[in-house]
Amino acid sequence: MPVHADLAAGLVGEPGSPLCERAARLKTLVLVLVVVSLNSFGDLALAWGMRHSSTVRTNPLEYLAAMANPFVELGIVLLVLWMLTRMALLSWADLSFVLPVTGTAYVMAAVLGKMFLHETISAVHWSGIFLIFAGTALVGSTKFKTQESC
Amino acid sequence: MKWVLLAIIVVATVLADVLQSHEMKLSGEQSVDARGLGRLLRMLVSRRYLILAVICMAFSFFAFMALVQIAPLSFAVPASAATFVLETLLAKLVLKEAVGKRRAFGALLVLGGVLLLAH
Repeated sequence: MPVHADLAAGLVGEPGSPLCERAARLKTLVLVLVVVSLNSFGDLALAWGMRHSSTVRTNPLEYLAAMANPFVELGIVLLVLWMLTRMALLSWADLSFVLPVTGTAYVMAAVLGKMFLHETISAVHWSGIFLIFAGTALVGSTKFKTQESC
Repeated sequence: MKWVLLAIIVVATVLADVLQSHEMKLSGEQSVDARGLGRLLRMLVSRRYLILAVICMAFSFFAFMALVQIAPLSFAVPASAATFVLETLLAKLVLKEAVGKRRAFGALLVLGGVLLLAH
């Protein structure tokens, strides 16, 4: 076994071991956080930019014109990064795990919408936010990948 | 108009996610450093299912761009969560993932929360 592979095995534990599983879970949850942040801030920048550009209907040229807005451009860059990191996340974890845990992006969208776009968060919204966190915690406690990955 | 846009978003997103997940399962674990992101970008333009997924995502993206102009972000984002049920079902049936009771219940809680957010 090469030296670096030997070292890595020492750091994350033997395949299938609890230490290996914990390291893989932590790595996955950090990537979930990155994916959720890129998604939320990407959506926010896009919404902000689109609201400050002329109305888009069906003409493709109108979409291209809207892309000249710097906030739309920033939104697109963030959402491309979101797409790539989410692809990596899908190579680490099940789709049925990724979907609910990245659902926290909906909470961030509501909070960012309130902070920057002056949208309101009602009592019903807060109960929705609570349900999302409860569901995310529940799914987050399940095995993130059917096959052994360490 | 907003419901037509929403339908486009849902169908295109479900297809894109299932195709992407299928292809990424086959590719093995990918890293997210600069080299890894470059590799992912190359995969995006060379693998058939990923190209198809990108086309679906483009439809979803442009429909979303139009939707956020005519509906509040707090409607546009949560309403697109209708994809949850379809995708969890397809993850079990097509991708053969082990969707146990806890995961299914958690996904339903998230769906309920998202619907309340759209209220």
